[in-house]
Amino acid sequence: MSVSTNTAPQATGARQVSWYEASARTRVSQLLDESSFKEFLGPQEREMSPNLKSFDLPEQFDDGMIVGRGLIKRMPVFVAAQEGRFMGGAFGEVHGAKLTGLLRASRDIGSIPVLILFDTGGVRLQEANAGELAIAEIMRAVIEARIAGVSVIGLIGGRAGCYGGGGLIAGCCSALAVSEQGRISVSGPEVIETNRGVEEFDSKDRALVWRTMGGKHRRLIGGTDAFVDDTIEDFRETALSLLADTRPFTLQTLHEEQARLEWRIQQFGTSADAIDIWRSMGVDDAAAIPEMTYAQFTAAAQKIRRPNHAAR
Amino acid sequence: MQLADILASLFPDGHSIKADHGLLYGFAPLASGQQALVVGVSDRTAVGIDQASTLSRHILDDHSGTGPILVIVDSDSQKMSKRDELLGLNEFLAHLAKCLIFADLHGRPTIGILYGHSAAGAFLATALATRVLVALPGAEPAVMDLASMSKVTKLSIEVLQEKAKTTAIFAPGLDNLAKTGAVHFIWNEQESLASQLAALLADLPGSDDKRDLLGVERHGRTKAAEIAERVYAIARES
Repeated sequence: MSVSTNTAPQATGARQVSWYEASARTRVSQLLDESSFKEFLGPQEREMSPNLKSFDLPEQFDDGMIVGRGLIKRMPVFVAAQEGRFMGGAFGEVHGAKLTGLLRASRDIGSIPVLILFDTGGVRLQEANAGELAIAEIMRAVIEARIAGVSVIGLIGGRAGCYGGGGLIAGCCSALAVSEQGRISVSGPEVIETNRGVEEFDSKDRALVWRTMGGKHRRLIGGTDAFVDDTIEDFRETALSLLADTRPFTLQTLHEEQARLEWRIQQFGTSADAIDIWRSMGVDDAAAIPEMTYAQFTAAAQKIRRPNHAAR
Repeated sequence: MQLADILASLFPDGHSIKADHGLLYGFAPLASGQQALVVGVSDRTAVGIDQASTLSRHILDDHSGTGPILVIVDSDSQKMSKRDELLGLNEFLAHLAKCLIFADLHGRPTIGILYGHSAAGAFLATALATRVLVALPGAEPAVMDLASMSKVTKLSIEVLQEKAKTTAIFAPGLDNLAKTGAVHFIWNEQESLASQLAALLADLPGSDDKRDLLGVERHGRTKAAEIAERVYAIARES
């Protein structure tokens, strides 16, 4: 029996709420041990975007990014969480710089892992240059932290998904946990349709969006390490197991990632649709994947043969 | 400047760089006696999964090399297609960036040379993943063009152009990207690129990411450095 003081029934019950529906602040407070979170540069500091006023857009005191430190089963972690309900969680100057500072600190401390709770549409267009550069700085800081031996874990399951440069940052993380709702993609559905036409991608076809970019597909092709149920509790448990399973980031990691990505193109490069990929992977009833419950899907996913997806 | 002229001016002692379907790859001796690995994107080619994995393969194949890695770029944005996203474009672009940054932090400094266009995810995975980004006059980096921005922000292009006169923060263009700190140097195309490269390599900035400080110095991105530094300090003390 656990003697932990932070698994009181009340806290566990609160953790059963949907990750997708929860705000960034709720995710952070329920992901971590009760009352353990200490925010850095919180909303009381009113460090807002200096660039939204000229567009007559509302500002937010935390610029849609919460960063700080807390405990997860008494292990210290740094946490960064994007609020997808403010500007679609998009990366602006202040929003991004908070995460950059946190990652640089984790790199220099060397022993405290980082959890990034992604919920983003990508670059905030009203400050596009600053947002793009913030993403470049974050990618570099993630890699510097990993080289210093720090695990950087991404958790994806929010309303805004993980799009644009957010997808590139996710691809730099040590490991990812994604729920069914957690879409990962560089170009969003509307962007592909606008640039290439509705024949290339029909952004209104929601089933197409989910099966091309959603968490189930990412789990099956190896775009994520773990597939989680849409509860804060499951994200918490999965984050713990990913934190326990850290690997060094070396040249060997890059060679293995190159091999797994080339293998993917070789195997599935001519597939027209996600269902064709799942079928050729040996999923019995590929067309039924989108309808499967969490339990049904994880059972089906465990049956398929897959190469070493761990290298990232 | 045309690609052939750029390569001739950069490598007066010759080079083996070939362009193949919009991707550059080869080697070139430098004045220092070192041999540079050269990879890149030409002809405004979009970077999809095939392009990204070819470039990262070139970098990893040369893992025993010791000279700098030059990344020469005139690209479109990331390739926007169902196939590329279906197969995980984010992983391929991130992998390319990881290969470049890893090499840079392990003794092989990376220099980006932007001579044309680049945008969005392709920009992040190539030019912006280098230690020092140099641009040639006439380069046209963009995160997003004003027409698309106008659609999203519901502001007319005229209004956006007017706003862009007083801030470097959102509008496309080399000057704006340089002011925010993304571009370290703009080279003079009237002078030998080889000697400008030699001067850069002889006095190379450290591998610490100082782009936010450049943005402050150039008044183009004034707040990022301070915010990152404050969070850093609080986190270190926490």
